[in-house]
Amino acid sequence: MTALPVSRSSRWAPLAALLTTSVLLTACGSGDTGSGGGSRPKSGGTLTFAVGSDSGCVDPQQVGSNDTIYSVRQLVDSLTDQDPRTGKIVPWLAKSWDINSDATRFTFHLRSGVTFSDGSKLTAQVVKDNFDAVPKLGALGTLAEGYLSGVKSTVAVDPLTVKVTFAQPNAQFLQATSTHSLGIESAASVRKTPQQKCSDGIVGSGPFTLKGYVQNQSVTLARRTGYAWGSSLWAKKGEAYLDKLVFKVVPEAGVRAGSLQSGQVDAISSVGKANEAALKGGQVTLARRANPGVVFGLGLNNARPVLKDARVRQAIEAAVDREQIAGTVFPTGTRPAGSVLAHTTPDYTDLSADLATDTAKAKSLLEQAGWKAAGDGVRTKGGKKLSLTVTWFPNAATNQPALELVQQQLKAVGIDVVLRQLPVTQFATTLQAGDFDVVWGNVTRSDPDILRSSFSTRLANFYHLPASSLDTALSQQAATTDTAKRAKLVAEAQRLIVRNAYYVPVVELQTQLGVSTKVHDLDFDSGSRVQLHDTWIG
Amino acid sequence: MRRYVIKRLAQAVGVLWAAYTVSFLVLDFLPGDPVTAMAGAGMDSGQVDPAQLAALRHEYGFDKPVLVQYAEYLGRAVRGDFGDAVSNGRPVTSVIGDALPGTLQLTGAALLLAVVLGGGLAVVATYTSRRWLRQLLLSLPPLGVSVPTFWVGLLLVEAFSFRLHWFPAFGNDGLRGLVLPALTLAVPTGAQVAQVLAKSLLTALDQAYVETARAKGAGRRRVHLRHALRNASLPALTVVGLLVGQLIAGSVVVETVFSRDGLGRVTAAAVTAQDIPLVQGVVVFGALIFVATNLVVDLVYPLLDPRIVVTPDRRASFA
Repeated sequence: MTALPVSRSSRWAPLAALLTTSVLLTACGSGDTGSGGGSRPKSGGTLTFAVGSDSGCVDPQQVGSNDTIYSVRQLVDSLTDQDPRTGKIVPWLAKSWDINSDATRFTFHLRSGVTFSDGSKLTAQVVKDNFDAVPKLGALGTLAEGYLSGVKSTVAVDPLTVKVTFAQPNAQFLQATSTHSLGIESAASVRKTPQQKCSDGIVGSGPFTLKGYVQNQSVTLARRTGYAWGSSLWAKKGEAYLDKLVFKVVPEAGVRAGSLQSGQVDAISSVGKANEAALKGGQVTLARRANPGVVFGLGLNNARPVLKDARVRQAIEAAVDREQIAGTVFPTGTRPAGSVLAHTTPDYTDLSADLATDTAKAKSLLEQAGWKAAGDGVRTKGGKKLSLTVTWFPNAATNQPALELVQQQLKAVGIDVVLRQLPVTQFATTLQAGDFDVVWGNVTRSDPDILRSSFSTRLANFYHLPASSLDTALSQQAATTDTAKRAKLVAEAQRLIVRNAYYVPVVELQTQLGVSTKVHDLDFDSGSRVQLHDTWIG
Repeated sequence: MRRYVIKRLAQAVGVLWAAYTVSFLVLDFLPGDPVTAMAGAGMDSGQVDPAQLAALRHEYGFDKPVLVQYAEYLGRAVRGDFGDAVSNGRPVTSVIGDALPGTLQLTGAALLLAVVLGGGLAVVATYTSRRWLRQLLLSLPPLGVSVPTFWVGLLLVEAFSFRLHWFPAFGNDGLRGLVLPALTLAVPTGAQVAQVLAKSLLTALDQAYVETARAKGAGRRRVHLRHALRNASLPALTVVGLLVGQLIAGSVVVETVFSRDGLGRVTAAAVTAQDIPLVQGVVVFGALIFVATNLVVDLVYPLLDPRIVVTPDRRASFA
């Protein structure tokens, strides 16, 4: 999740801000920033980018926080890239690839002449070394490990051909190779321990190299001279425009905004609704893109007796007013959920008609389910009140106000909601233990396979869904390389989740950056992080 | 004197042990552990593998019984080894060592400002014969104590960085970057110095020896600065000893607002991540500083006030 700036109303706000920023994990999607316009791109200059947090690690394979990904992404290239507009996977370090029909074997043909910044060559063996080391990264590397889970072997077929084989069909792996998590590092870096890679940084083949990392202070990158193997999506061929990138860690959202406004930095991360007004009218543009993946929503525990009844779940889905929540709490431009996936996810299907607010329908569904209106406004059935506890974690400043609105909206149809806040450190354990009625969250991933990770009863099944035809759709989409067929299956899965209300989608998470108007072509990638190869200052 | 120092040192060790044990217990009572905290940091439910977490927990020893963990940690801590921080694998002592200079600069500068500004305010407020000025000056310390440090910091940044461009808004770079954070941290501290010193100055000025001095023909300024201030500075000195602890705590907020690296930032991050070894290291180090400062303050007393004699059986008594 991405942390948003926390309100400044209390003296604990800086602590809260630290808390939220230090735990964010996300990905996001795309849009153009900067006025572009008349002037021509030119080389040179330094971009200073203020981010909210430092995750204490500068290894792209291990970091999950956007604030760190913005910098370390620039150090490595990936086998593939993903077009943020179409979701299509395109060549980068791999000039082509073949996938067998059941998506268990992926063969990548590497481009020749690629070198790491330590002078060593990119070969199939280096890619193999990378993929073999990923499962040993430990707790910080869970993203990369997840992408490679179930891997049977990685084989260097010849110096420029590498073959990855999985035990089960794994269509998501192709998109996974486009992420920073599976960015390719030099053989020497791969041999280091995960801790060494975190604190000393790594050597990659990317358009920038690591010049310095001072914990909690800054990450400094310099342009890689001789770089000539950029992603096929990038406008500029060859080296990057900018000489230097300096990422400064500035935890307090108001200080970030003021620093941008007063010209002390050129771009800032995580602009929340509270800081939009301060940035308006100045020499600043706001860049926005919704994070792909599972939208913010109510993750229902489908095994709870009350929530086993589809009518109750559907009533909750109909009672939520998504427009109100998106408009009141979230940054300008945030969209109410139109499906369980955000609209920037490949194969997103617009189901907003199914997600329209309809309190009359919600009430009648509850009546049918036997929950009768009572004196104090909370419905009862057999003497039991219709009350649900929503568990949430303070990893984004928007969580509490959003849930307070949900609480009011559900109250209006006779459902009592109790909000329970837990420390972020308890997120994983709470889900694993199944100790919740409803949990508030989202997951960022630019591949629809995230639906399988989240909702297949054959995997972790944290929301305790019953086995159904949804499992079939989810397994089949993972086993096909036919894009049209996969899109149909993913659409089917979204429809099943929304119509059965296994998960109540509420609002998309939007990444919002503040960028000085003198900065051009600071573009979002498919994960809604930034690509700085094409960025220039003029 | 020597026996007194030895006794105080023994007390200091007791305080350190207590700080260590209490923080260990508190961290142990918190649900979860650093490994789940790290994995949960992603909040990416789909990716967490329980078997892998269990393996990591074993690697760090978090699966052992609490008492065994406590004994092991304590045994190593006594030898100055606090283990490795879970979040980045670096030795705790070097994490603290790296963060220390930044915090020492900040707290040192803040303490200096607090004593100079707070002390100056107290002296002027008690010296002036203009009633309105005295009232005005004496109303400042309660204000300084009650406004949130966080807010003061943002206000100073807004005025002197964003508008006037005199100082940078963030970072550890040089003297210019130190001014605003040190001033912010000095506000509550200086206010307390001023409160205590003003009160004891007023008390001192009522004492008989002041009358004697005046009767002997000493000027007002001489009476105020040489006689009253010297006597009034004792309580203020005690407060300064206590304020060192407060300055270290205040650095958590100030370092966050001004994006400075230092112990405060390290502490906040370690607590958030439930990084037990690092939190333990910071707690013991903080307690060490606190104990050492107060020991120094106690030993300085006799130098300031010849009436105070340190005796072996009592802490300090008037002879």
